Amino acid sequence: MGSNRPDAILKAVKKGRGGVFVSHHKLTADMETVRMPAPERVVLPMLQHIGAPCTPTVKKGDTVAVGQVIGDSDKFLSVPIHASVSGTVESVADVKLANGTMAPAVTIVSDGEMRLCEDLTPPVVKNKEDLVKAVRASGLVGLGGAGFPSFVKLTVSPEKPIDTLVVNAAECEPYITVDYRECLENSWNILNGVYLLAELLELKRVVIAVEDNKPEAIKVLKNIADQDIDRGNVVRLMTLKSRYPQGAEKMMVLSATGREVPAGGLPADVGCIVMNVGSVAFVNRYITTGKPLVSRSVTVSGDCIKNPMNLRVPIGTSMQDIVDYCGGFVKEPAKILSGGPMMGTAITDLNVPLLKSNNAVLAFSKKAAGFKKETPCIHCGRCHAACPMGLIPTDIEKYALLKDADTLNKLGTMVCMECGSCAYSCPGGKPLVQYMRLAKSVVREAAKK
Amino acid sequence: MEEQKLFTVSASPHTKSPVTVQGIMLDVIIALIPAGIAGVGIFGLRALAVIAVCVASCVGFEALFVKLLKKPMSIGDLSAVITGLLLAYNLPVEIPLWMCVIGSFVAIVIVKQLFGGIGQNFANPAITARIVLLVSFASAMTNFTAPKVLDAVSTATPLATLGAIDRAGDIGSQMMAGGLPSLTAMVFGVRAGCIGETCAVALLLGCCWLLVRRVISPIIPLSYIGTVAVLMLLFSHFDLYYTAYELLSGGLLLGAVFMATDYSTSPINKKGKLVFGIGCGVLTTVIRLFCSLPEGVSYSILLMNVLCPLIEKVTAPKYFGFVKKKKEKKAKEGAA
Ligand code: SF4
Ligand code: SF4
Repeated sequence: MGSNRPDAILKAVKKGRGGVFVSHHKLTADMETVRMPAPERVVLPMLQHIGAPCTPTVKKGDTVAVGQVIGDSDKFLSVPIHASVSGTVESVADVKLANGTMAPAVTIVSDGEMRLCEDLTPPVVKNKEDLVKAVRASGLVGLGGAGFPSFVKLTVSPEKPIDTLVVNAAECEPYITVDYRECLENSWNILNGVYLLAELLELKRVVIAVEDNKPEAIKVLKNIADQDIDRGNVVRLMTLKSRYPQGAEKMMVLSATGREVPAGGLPADVGCIVMNVGSVAFVNRYITTGKPLVSRSVTVSGDCIKNPMNLRVPIGTSMQDIVDYCGGFVKEPAKILSGGPMMGTAITDLNVPLLKSNNAVLAFSKKAAGFKKETPCIHCGRCHAACPMGLIPTDIEKYALLKDADTLNKLGTMVCMECGSCAYSCPGGKPLVQYMRLAKSVVREAAKK
Repeated sequence: MEEQKLFTVSASPHTKSPVTVQGIMLDVIIALIPAGIAGVGIFGLRALAVIAVCVASCVGFEALFVKLLKKPMSIGDLSAVITGLLLAYNLPVEIPLWMCVIGSFVAIVIVKQLFGGIGQNFANPAITARIVLLVSFASAMTNFTAPKVLDAVSTATPLATLGAIDRAGDIGSQMMAGGLPSLTAMVFGVRAGCIGETCAVALLLGCCWLLVRRVISPIIPLSYIGTVAVLMLLFSHFDLYYTAYELLSGGLLLGAVFMATDYSTSPINKKGKLVFGIGCGVLTTVIRLFCSLPEGVSYSILLMNVLCPLIEKVTAPKYFGFVKKKKEKKAKEGAA
């Protein structure tokens, strides 16, 4: 008998402005996540998070087991890297990453056994400090795409008390279905993760946010929200109208609490933590099993992939292996993306490893990739109407080209989250995000001087 | 290393909305069609000739200009067609056709292309061209004939007649005496005036199309027409009949729906649009009531066009998270 608390489902407290409707293309929504067998070798870059790179702690020829630490750093903003297969270290050298940069990486040749490291034990977590330590040791970074070390989010400073956790299950990017599958397949871990965090962080409210076009996920999550009646009654489900970029952190905070994160600030500045639903589930899994972040779910999709599916893949597996496992291409792809169509990165070749923060591998033909010829700006205002941050991209473009850092600052350039709504809606096909990045670099350059 | 075919890289997003410049312009043309049909119906086939000459010469001038300057061919975006249509709609039906060609030249070459082409002009091409013609060929531009369906004689426009009314006196009887067409005739556009401005039904139909297709936001038309309505009500001591008449006469509807909403010459943000619409409304009313010119729409829009950059600056929207910054400032000031 599910309880029927009338208040278990919230509507958005405050609606964000802007945003765009993007066709969903969630081809893989009904496909159960398939566990991909260990690839022949994995490449584990030492920089998979925002922050300082790790230093390899293994050397060529070492034998490693799944979950063993192979890289760590004593810098604050970093998380350790763990071996994702068992086998032998083949090399420690620089490799190319999906975004085109080079980074040192450990390459491991798999022995096919996926032998777990024997030292792995569930951490003892009694309070906030234990939690932060454990989450750092687990190697967790935001699984939604940004790659920000999760333990930093959970580190609550006394000046900035946290009262609300927003669990992000909105998944507003087209094609991607990993969070949706997580809700359906892993609800137990989400449930316990939510309570665990609510209890340890002494939260007043946990809001699970999901878009209203995912009824199955809503059912599961509503159950979770309903369960907690005797555990403090803090969990609520929030259904949101599906609109991109609903799932962006600042948007989530606004919808869930009505609070506006100040420009240049973080959700913590207004008492909130935003965590991806997969990350919450992972925290619980780690605390019960002690197995660090060595694999993750990805959606492999797009019109060129033979068998689109959701895969559970060891981190460091090459995109080539992933695509091959999904049957390869049915037609020549024009563009390969790591991540979603709105914010993902186009990669030049498949010979790059999957990182902790990659939630999708998409392959598009020329037709599907939406190439548009760039024509002059007609001052139509669609970019401004679409911008959830209320910016005027076409003005910012102008001042970016003039390298006028002062005006750019006044225009709020730095709050741009590169969500792509502006460029998506521009009828002239202008690469506005590129201009936004240029504008930001102009501002940063000027700040350095 | 073996040779490898590289995939295309470009900045995100990797998907684009299906809306294109050409699509938007096509929607505007569709929205302008009813008014054109009405114009030809009311004023006869010569109206069609004026429309054809304007459109053809606008497109021709644009093609010629970009060819001469070796710029990429731009007539495919259809914006020149719209300029041609709007110019024709703002001309009286008996205008000599060579004046249409001059108007088109002013609109396309001088106002639009010399300022850098689509999106760069600071004034609405069709309106500027109309005013240039009005100033240069005053008599031809104000030679209005009564609708063909009545009888084709030179006549004053209702607006001109209205202009002579003494608003302190009994408005109703004066309007009767002036021999103005009935309100129904005004709604359907059977009155003297420019080709495309008379038929309110057709213009509103076009307006609906633009709104449904999300080509324009309702802010400018509403605030423009609303301001004129409120001010006229006040000036006529709440005479509804008179106010309705003012709204339906002259080029108010055509201007508010199709010309004041022109992308390049109106503000991008909502507040700016509101200010722009209200400004147009105030100017139109003032010109109609207090100046010797009966028609204020073109002048008001042109003036507001010039003010547009300023309005945009003053009404610049606050970006997300801006509020806090202000508070901080205050806090700092408080501490100091
Ligand atoms: S990419 Fe930046 S400017 Fe463009 S819509 Fe998103 S936040 Fe606004
Ligand atoms: S959406 Fe494109 S064409 Fe429209 S104002 Fe913005 S940059 Fe210009």
